[in-house]
Amino acid sequence: MSNSKLTRRGLIKTGAVAGAAGLTLPTYLRADAHAGYLNAPQGDTVTLGFNVPQSGPYADEGADELRAYELAVEHLNGGGDGGMMNTFTSKALQGNGILGKKVEYVTGDTQTKSDAARASAKSMIEKDGAVMITGGSSSGVAVAVQALCQEAGVIFMAGLTHSNDTTGKDKRANGFRHFFNSYMSGAALAPVLKNAYGSDRKAYHLTADYNWGYTTEEAVKSSTEAMGWETVNAVKTPLTQTDFSSYIAPVLQSGADVLVLNHYGGNMVNSLTNAVQFGLRDKQVNGKNFEIIVPLYSRLMAKGAGANVKGIFGSTNWHWSLTDEGSKAFVQSFGTKYGFPPSQAAHTCYVQALLYADACERAGTFNPCGVVEALEGFEFDGMGNGKTLYRADDHQCFKDVLVVKGKENPTSEFDLLEIVEVTPVEQVTYAPDHPQFAGGSLGTCNPGA
Amino acid sequence: MDAIILQILNGLDKGSAYALIALGLTLIFGTLGVVNFAHGALFMIGAFCAVTLSRILTLSHTVIDETQKDFLGNPLKVDVPYIYDIFGQATGDVIIDWAVPLSILFAIPVMVGIGFAMERGLIKHFYKRPHADQILVTFGLAIVLQEIIKYFYGANPIPTPAPDAFRGSFDFGAMLGFDPNTIIYPYWRLVYFAFAAVIIGAVFAFLQFTTFGMVVRAGMADRETVGLLGINIDKRFTIMFGIAAAVAGLAGVMYTPINSPNYHMGMDFLVLSFVVVVVGGMGSLSGAVLAGFLLGILESFASMAIVLETLPGINQIIIYLVAIIILLTRPRGLMGRKGVMEE
Repeated sequence: MSNSKLTRRGLIKTGAVAGAAGLTLPTYLRADAHAGYLNAPQGDTVTLGFNVPQSGPYADEGADELRAYELAVEHLNGGGDGGMMNTFTSKALQGNGILGKKVEYVTGDTQTKSDAARASAKSMIEKDGAVMITGGSSSGVAVAVQALCQEAGVIFMAGLTHSNDTTGKDKRANGFRHFFNSYMSGAALAPVLKNAYGSDRKAYHLTADYNWGYTTEEAVKSSTEAMGWETVNAVKTPLTQTDFSSYIAPVLQSGADVLVLNHYGGNMVNSLTNAVQFGLRDKQVNGKNFEIIVPLYSRLMAKGAGANVKGIFGSTNWHWSLTDEGSKAFVQSFGTKYGFPPSQAAHTCYVQALLYADACERAGTFNPCGVVEALEGFEFDGMGNGKTLYRADDHQCFKDVLVVKGKENPTSEFDLLEIVEVTPVEQVTYAPDHPQFAGGSLGTCNPGA
Repeated sequence: MDAIILQILNGLDKGSAYALIALGLTLIFGTLGVVNFAHGALFMIGAFCAVTLSRILTLSHTVIDETQKDFLGNPLKVDVPYIYDIFGQATGDVIIDWAVPLSILFAIPVMVGIGFAMERGLIKHFYKRPHADQILVTFGLAIVLQEIIKYFYGANPIPTPAPDAFRGSFDFGAMLGFDPNTIIYPYWRLVYFAFAAVIIGAVFAFLQFTTFGMVVRAGMADRETVGLLGINIDKRFTIMFGIAAAVAGLAGVMYTPINSPNYHMGMDFLVLSFVVVVVGGMGSLSGAVLAGFLLGILESFASMAIVLETLPGINQIIIYLVAIIILLTRPRGLMGRKGVMEE
């Protein structure tokens, strides 16, 4: 027979200890936070986690992403001119936050390093109670953070990530990508290249030695070979390489008449600058003008290469010079607030923030499984890319892709690229089991609780 | 044969940069006994001297062009450099075009000043401290300097082109009797190589043929004895630190048209330059120069497609592989002296 003797002093002590433990526990472990999913918003606010590169080589791109997120939060909370909320075909967002809760946010610094990005995302989920993580400027980071969010049980809305693997072999049920991918770049570029340079070409690839480089090389190779081009060589270059002269010099000796630079960021700036220095674009090979191609363009990066981008073809997810109502609204809103036009990274991040908020509204919950259900198969328009589908099979957005070219006579420091063609979505759509996306599976959504 | 000539040429300009940075590192180590991990940052600051002068030369006032619209549909604001108002557009354009060579004049006093400030303000307090302390403090300084540059200039590379007269490339192949386009080499890289040769020659001549240089060399050999002769060797060593900073800075200035400068470029060169110093032999000026060119050329050969097919990944490890072999067979480096870094 137990003999429990509860004294007043004992009760106070026990209560104090229990109270202290309750206060010090992370939000997501406290009983009152459990509503069937992790980090259920308490009170009248909801916290989103913006995980962008604030230091390191992509810090400028990260700063633009953060500006876009801040603008999205302002619009969601009813501030500013509403931006693309006015042109978005879904009318679930009312400018009163998300599900009536004011949107607040915390930020993390990915440093464009997978481990740092995971650590900052983990901190925002566990310490700040973020119910959704979004952002990033690298596929390595996106894949790493997406896996973390799946394990933790929050939604991940990817930022700028172009590797096929993000929604291919590394796809996850809790992860969604609005940005286009390597396959789409290849499929959009090939017909334009055929028209501009013909079908009898010999291509030489220089490829950044990491995941994104491989998928981009594969995508461009298969698309260009399908239209008759021959790939004479494909050389991997270290990600840390700064001077590409020793890789570029042998290109002409190879008999190639096209150089494909599967590089991004500083790699792209340096390899393109080096290629132009070596006079490749002034040469004639096989009786044709030598040409250079940059499959993934970024205006912020193109700025670093200066006049070297003139006349060079590439692809991009979005460009501020688009004249549809959504793009105009976003450029007006962003340009008025910050004084310059947004980058494609800013655009995709802004759209992802709105799409998440809209999905919560339509689902009537922040529960990740409800959000997943609302986003899967969701069709929308008015966000700058025409009619768009969030495909349920892989959580990849399918929309038109822009083929662009470095502008010959820019009128300003922002006016670096001109749109050559808007490739229709049908031309860049692929089957969910396409070989370039083989392996991996979405699995099931994880609400985290 | 043409591929070999091409890679030797490629190695020369890369080697020039390594040699110039390693020369400065060796000067500082040989005179002050300090292992200066902030030396790459001096190279980077030199490059940003060119960026700064370009920006000064293109300082502009705004003119509204009613005939054109900006991205928001407002009349376009066109920037007109003040230099146009002073010299006219034609002369102004020429001056702006030659910003990088002109930056040499701008960078020399700036870099010497930064060198003095670094030495007097921070590094002199670490002369008697272990090398590990020196490495830590100078590495920390390098990070601080690059973050300052990133704060003011951003993280993206900034295009700083060569003058129009030096754009494009020279067809060495045609000159040597090979097929056209087999050996091409950019004009500016030739300029860089020639510039590096002049700077290296000037530093050696300064140390070899001037009284100041003779005293410095004597101080490098035996600091205490020179001091006992009543010569203020510390003052001369401080000046040498300034000169080493200027050499690194000038290497950075002239490198900007080869690769658009960014805040991280110093770190990219630093580790390789230290390997160059170690391979050349700690404290040996001629060793640093020899190893700079040798490793630059080897790195170029390792990047050849045929080499990569045979030895995948060799391009990423060749320099370190050579360093290991040299240290195993000649622990003092190619031209290292006995007693240096051995106590």
